[in-house]
Amino acid sequence: MSALAQPAGLETYGDEAKERVGFFTDTSVCIGCKACEVACKDWNLIPQDGQVWTGESYDNTSALGANSWRHVAFVEQDKPLHVNGDGGTGLRWLMESDVCKHCTHAACLDVCPTGALFRTEFGTVVVQEDICNGCGYCVPACPFGVLDKRHIASDANVGHKPDLAATFGKSEDGRVWKCTLCYDRLKGGHEPACAKACPTKSIQFGPLEELRERADARLAKLSREGWNGAQLYGRDPGDGVGGFGAFFLLLDDPEVYGLPPDPVVTTKFLGSMWRNMAAAAAVTAVGIVGAFLGGSR
Amino acid sequence: MTEPRSYYGRPVLKEPVWKWEVPAYLFTGGLSGASSVLSFAAALFGNRKLSRTALYVGAAADAVSPALLVADLGRPERFHHMLRVFKVTSPMNVGAWILLVNGGASNTAAALELLGRLRPVKTTAQVVAALFGPPLATYTGVLLADTAIPVWHDARHELPWIFGASASASAGAAACLFLDPDDARPARRLAIGGVALEGALMQTMERRLGEIGAVYREGAARTLSRAAKALAGTGAILLAVRGRRSRTAAAAGGALVCAGELCLRYAVVKAGAQSARDPKYTVGPQRERANRDGTKVTTKA
Repeated sequence: MSALAQPAGLETYGDEAKERVGFFTDTSVCIGCKACEVACKDWNLIPQDGQVWTGESYDNTSALGANSWRHVAFVEQDKPLHVNGDGGTGLRWLMESDVCKHCTHAACLDVCPTGALFRTEFGTVVVQEDICNGCGYCVPACPFGVLDKRHIASDANVGHKPDLAATFGKSEDGRVWKCTLCYDRLKGGHEPACAKACPTKSIQFGPLEELRERADARLAKLSREGWNGAQLYGRDPGDGVGGFGAFFLLLDDPEVYGLPPDPVVTTKFLGSMWRNMAAAAAVTAVGIVGAFLGGSR
Repeated sequence: MTEPRSYYGRPVLKEPVWKWEVPAYLFTGGLSGASSVLSFAAALFGNRKLSRTALYVGAAADAVSPALLVADLGRPERFHHMLRVFKVTSPMNVGAWILLVNGGASNTAAALELLGRLRPVKTTAQVVAALFGPPLATYTGVLLADTAIPVWHDARHELPWIFGASASASAGAAACLFLDPDDARPARRLAIGGVALEGALMQTMERRLGEIGAVYREGAARTLSRAAKALAGTGAILLAVRGRRSRTAAAAGGALVCAGELCLRYAVVKAGAQSARDPKYTVGPQRERANRDGTKVTTKA
């Protein structure tokens, strides 16, 4: 495994570190059945959060969030499936099952003030539900908008009873939630629920290095066949987040699926931000003292 | 710039989940941080009354700050989880420690001042508060900048300076609110200078942000940033023109500047929400960068 592909934090596990695992989501074979969404909700005991008809193709989930850890995007396009115009009527339907990217350099994990977010021995990123105090800092820190706070009441939240009665007049769950890459299933030697349920192998689970090789071969095949817009997203460890633990094969630019076209981990600039702050703090102090020059009364 | 593509116009990022308590804290934290320095500087220069007033203002703001922060948590009873680690990659964690030290010190000093006892301990506490005050007043700029929100992240050069200037202005103004004008000259200068500097820095930031900064000219962020300018500007002018002679004018000016600096924090927080909500602010600049410099996030055959 290349050094760049190794996420920070994994070295602290010593002998207990496992091979880094992840997802390769190949959208070219996704049929939009949403079995992944359902299996995820079922296994992880995620509460329902209402039903809304969006009118946005077959998508009524709309986005990843505290209560949706897999989200199937549907895009209807007036664009042929193949570059040479073959493959039907010139209308195509893109479907993509989105998920937490389990970044190599994860902003959510960096900014978490309690240590609730941590790097597991599998190289994935998980929120510890008994530590998270719902500060919400990870929510705007994620460049993919994955994390969100759960506003549903805790007692409606099967399996996740609060450890204390509602305090400070708050009855909502109040913590942040996201994909754990089925940490509990991994520990038991099983593949995550979404990959298990996927009927077309659009969601593939496995060691990341192996998935990357498989994805390269798949991209080469689709290119040979002239598929329109085929590209891997998050496969390269040299990208702004050090490569995704869960990466994708897309058939159009990322933004078409609601994904950022060039995400960069926000903490990349944190060193210079602290230095800049130190200068601002020093000048603020000098400025305040300066107000006394020319008469202290 | 052609309108960037998006998924049904839906946001790429999540809006911050922080409620009114957080911008209110950005104000009170700045106020207490700058007041700690003001109080110590006044003591050094022999202005006892100003020193005592700023000490009390800072201690009061320091007492309110943690309450605001705890109230905003999804799980308030777990507030102490902030202190189970020390983590420099998390500005919020670093901020919690800074607030703890500054708040503890300023409240100790204020209590001892009130009791008139243990003078050396009081002075030590004042020194500690003064040392941790400037970081408390400015780290919040890093807190916001260290996110994926374009209008905050791209303002990382200016935000700590803006908050530092704004904090200084509010500390000066709050002292003017409670002091006789004869004792408040340095506080007045600080308030006026702080407002001027903060205004200039906001202009610089908005200009440098370019299209991303357009959120400051839309919706609630527009209303709030205009209110901030009007309130703080009027207050500063009032302090400059009438603050020396009239106690009433000084109090009104001080109150207006404080209200303006409070509005400024709300404006910046609102701008962040608006920046996250519209995918064009996330996708546009990233697409431009990817087209110009190339990106490794996508691999084509």
